[in-house]
This record gives sequence, C-alpha cells and structure tokens, in this order.
Amino acid sequence: MTMSEPRDIEFKDAAARVAEPAPLPPGQPPGELEGEKMVLNVGPSHPATHGVLRLVLELDGEIITEARPEVGYLHRGDEKIAENFTYTQFIPYTDRLDYLAPLANNVAYALAVEKLLGIDLQLPPRCQYIRVICCELARISSHLLGVGCYAMDVGAMTVFLHTFTEREKIHNLCESLTGARFTTAYTRIGGLSRDMPPGWAEQCRKFLNEVVVDIDETETFLTRNRIFVDRTQGVGVIPREVAIDYGLSGPNLRGSGVEHDLRKAHPYLIYDQLKFDVPVGTTGDCYDRYLVRMEEMRQSVRIVHQCLDQLPGGPINVPDGKIVLPPKDRVLTRMEELIHHFINVTQGVNAPPGEIYFGHENPKGELGFYINSKGGGTPHRLKIRSPSFVNLSILSWLLPRHMLSDVVAILGSFDFVMGECDR
Amino acid sequence: MTALDLAQQLKAQFPGLISEPVEFRGEVTLKVSDAERMPEVCALAKRELGFDYLVDITSVDNYGDDPRFMLVYHLYGYGHHCALRLKTDVSEEKGEAPTVTGVWRTADWHEREIYDMMGIRFRGHPDLRRILMWEGYPYFPLRKDFPLAGKPTDVPDVAFTEAAPLAGGPFVTIAGGKDTIAREPRVRIPDADALETNARLERRHDIKEAHGHSHGPGPIEPKR
Repeated sequence: MTMSEPRDIEFKDAAARVAEPAPLPPGQPPGELEGEKMVLNVGPSHPATHGVLRLVLELDGEIITEARPEVGYLHRGDEKIAENFTYTQFIPYTDRLDYLAPLANNVAYALAVEKLLGIDLQLPPRCQYIRVICCELARISSHLLGVGCYAMDVGAMTVFLHTFTEREKIHNLCESLTGARFTTAYTRIGGLSRDMPPGWAEQCRKFLNEVVVDIDETETFLTRNRIFVDRTQGVGVIPREVAIDYGLSGPNLRGSGVEHDLRKAHPYLIYDQLKFDVPVGTTGDCYDRYLVRMEEMRQSVRIVHQCLDQLPGGPINVPDGKIVLPPKDRVLTRMEELIHHFINVTQGVNAPPGEIYFGHENPKGELGFYINSKGGGTPHRLKIRSPSFVNLSILSWLLPRHMLSDVVAILGSFDFVMGECDR
Repeated sequence: MTALDLAQQLKAQFPGLISEPVEFRGEVTLKVSDAERMPEVCALAKRELGFDYLVDITSVDNYGDDPRFMLVYHLYGYGHHCALRLKTDVSEEKGEAPTVTGVWRTADWHEREIYDMMGIRFRGHPDLRRILMWEGYPYFPLRKDFPLAGKPTDVPDVAFTEAAPLAGGPFVTIAGGKDTIAREPRVRIPDADALETNARLERRHDIKEAHGHSHGPGPIEPKR
C-alpha cells in the first residue's frame, strides 16, 4: 500500500457557501441574473437621523449605490422672521438653531450685529471673558451629546449615560447663569443680559474637574473598544480636498486633516490671549472625527480654566444707551435714558447701512451670519450660514459604496442638528 | 498678502467687468457687473488666487429696485486666510444665473436653497429642486412681496397613501374623521360598513339636534 499524494481539500464554511452565487442554468447569459436595486427610505423619523433628516438610499444588496438626503422638515423661516424683527428681538430665535449649543449661537449672533455696528472691539473685557466661557461650555455640552449619541448609535449604551450626567451639570450652570437651561437668550447687542451670579465661578471649576474625569472614562470606553474601532475606523473617509470642496467646517473638517479653526485663524473676543491647541485628524474617517471631538472637549476645559483665572471685573455692557438698554433706575428718573429705552425697545438699535459676514467657530462648525442692512433697527436680509446644512450636503458623495449598516456610523460621526440645518 | 491685494489682482484679470473693491468693517467686496461671467470669475479666483473654500452663497431681494435680485458669494482661502465677497445682480425678468457647482461642489445646496427661497434659477445645476420647502410649493417665501404670515397652500399628501396594515382594525384611529369621537376606534360599531355607520351616526345626531338636544352626548348612545 502506497501513500497517496497530499492534496488540498477545499471546504468552505457555511457563510461562504451561502454567499456563493447559485450556478447558472445551462444556456442562460449571466446578465439576466443581476438583482434589482432596492430603494430604502430612512427617516425623517428615525433614531439614527438625530432629528428629521430623511435619506433616500438606493441599495444593491447591502451596498449603497445612491444616496439622496432630504432636508427641510424643520424649516421655520428664521431668516424671514429676522427681516421683520429688530436685532434684539431675534436673539431668542438663535437659541433654536443649534439647540444643543444655544449659548454659542447667542454669542455668534451678537458678535455679528456688533460687527455691523462697529462696536465688536469695544466690548468690556468682562463681557468678552464670560462670552468665551459660554462658548466653550456650549462646545463641551454639544460634544458630550454628540459622542454619547454616537456611541449609542454604534451599540455602546453606557457612554450615553455618562455624558448625559455631565451635560446635566452644564444645564444647571446655564440655569444659574442665564435663567434658562436650554433656550438661554443670554447675550444682548453690546453685552449680556446679566452678570455671573456669586459663586458661579467656583461651581464651574468644580464641574470642569469632574468633566475631565468623565472624558477620560469615555475614552476608556470607546477609544480602544474593539467593536467601536471596527465600526468607525476606515469608514466614511473624507479626503482633505473633498472636505474643502464640499465646504465642511468644524470637527468634520479638522478630522480630514485641515488645520483650520476660526478661533485661531481670525481670533475674535479674547481667543488670541488664550492658550489652546487645535486637534486635527489624519485619515478623515469616522474615528478621526470622534477623536477630534474628544480632544476639543479637553481644550475647551483648558480655555474655561484660563478664563476663570483671569476673569476681570467691571461692567458687562457697552456704555452706550443707544445700543444697550440703560439701567432701569435711571430710566425711571432721567429723561435721556427714558428716550433711549423707548427708542431701543420700539425701533431697535440703529445700524448703519452696509453688509457684513461674521463666521463663528461653533461646536458643529462655522456658523456665519450675513447681515445686509439698509439702516435702521431691522436687517434688510439676514442669512444664516449653518454648518449642519453644509456638512450634510456631502452625504450624497460619501454614502455610496458603503454598507447600509455604515450609514448609522457615518451620520453619528457628523454630529449634525436639524434645527440649524433647516432654520 | 491681504484680501485687498487679492481683490485688485482679480479685478486686473477681468478689466471692465469687476468694480473697484469696497471695504467695510475690514471686509472686501467686489461687484461683478455681468452674472453670466460669474463661473469664469470664480474658477479663476479658485485656481489662481487660492480661494478654495466657498463659505456661502446667498441672495438679497431689493424689491422695487431694478435689477431686483443680488447674489452674494463668500470666498475664503485656506492658504492665505483671506476672505472675499463677490456680488452680482440678477434681474426679475431673467431670474437666472449660471451655476458655480463646477467650481465648488458645495455650491449645490446653496444654489438649491436660493432657488427655493428666492426663485432664482441656476442654469446648468445638476439637480435644481426645492430643498427646504416641499416639491410643488407654489411661492418663493423669502421674496419681499411674500407676507410674513405666509399664504395658504395645499399641503402635500402624507407619505403613505395606501392603507396602513392595521387600518380599519379595532386599534387604529380613522384618519380624517369628523371629530375626535368619530375617529376613535373603540366607539366604532365593528360589523357595519364604515360609510354607512358614519351616515347613520350623523342622522342620529341631526334628529337629536332637531329635538333640542344639541348639547347632548355624541353620536353613540350609552346602553340602558
């Protein structure tokens, strides 16, 4: 008996056998067996769309061949409303743009109007510091929600509970600072609605020390989590050139390796006096966008610490009764202040004719206000350049070639808000 | 290099087409006299002057003026960190401008929004549909002659025009019923045809009204 020659035995596992195409019947050309494409509608009411985004996807099996984002389900006509209101009256509407970071929207809008009035460089130092603290708290809050929801989208529930606990503390801080938890309407043209309450700085410091621990914990949950990394790394890759071409901004742009932050490139308020770093990604995938957000939170904590340390005293409003409402006791006792109060409330701040654009580094990206004024208390045209709207336009390019299950991972990594997108 | 230098360079490339740069609050604005040549100007600004980022396009309705509309382009360069604003006019009769989607792909949604809100069409746009309002909406709401309160229009049908799987069953509210009682599935008489039932209920209601019980209970009588 001789030993037979060793040979390879081809034995496929069950999954490979199922995936194999059925053998063609004899005489049939292969083209006729191609499957039909399927159209799948995701949203506008779907947990992964974070609001009312609707996606119409064309699928070839599980692969997306065409994606059509449909927006506008939350359109409220904010720009039309702005044309019919005075500059001050529009402030509460800015809360409802990116409703996850209302403080940052308030500051962006106030700065835009102040640029039109030409008083953006005359703001009292205390006002500028408090505004920066507001912006950075809003950034931490927005990113906490973004990361928490993202983790839940891709299957990690615990992170959400941790980040929301911290977010709750920010809402408490907002409440004692502004009087409201969500819809803050905190800024005024030329100042703020009120000063910090006593003891607020200490509360804020306490929160910062706690949130740093929580950010580190979140990192341990996600950054080296095998499931999370597998679902996000190499998924939704946006090369640098494409990101610029589609006008991405904020963490989504920096995730693709473009080192552009309006706080550094065109510093407003006191950002040029603060020390902070701008994190950037290398590959532009979902994982990089997540890492950028995590690091931005740490940098924001650093910024708020610096602001609280250096916080100057003094007034919080521009000393000009024609822009900011005069103190009530003077309104009731003096003629000039009464007139200013009356004109300010009934006609609004008298802006010069002209046009300005102000871009603000919001948590979601570049929130810009273009104001076209013909003089008087209301804008002739106010355009809101919202980061979520522009960021979402890349989806029709990005989603094709991906698996259907990657849609959730990609949408979550964009961290968009429909209130801002649809305006 | 400042934005003003770049503006002068762009102006020099198109003699007679571009106005003198205007500076206001540190921002430089150029006016392009012919909207038809906008893509050409934009392409050159991107290719040779480094304006690789289109921040925004928007439109302004100068109602009562001629030309009525104005398009505003905000350009930015990541290389030199300078911003530039380009403006051009579009008349109401024409209501059309060429697209710049060939220069920056981000222009796609901005131009769709302008078309949706202001009614300016962009020639050559790959997919010029409404974006914020729904398909078939008849007005352009950001025009100055459109009232703030809006105008009545037909809202499109809901997405599902066919019967839902459990429609007509005992747990599903009937859409479009006369009032909340008529829509409530638990007061429905299950074996009767829906139309007949409604008619009967209404008849009963009418008889009661005739007898002076207009404030009495609804169509369903409690059993005694």
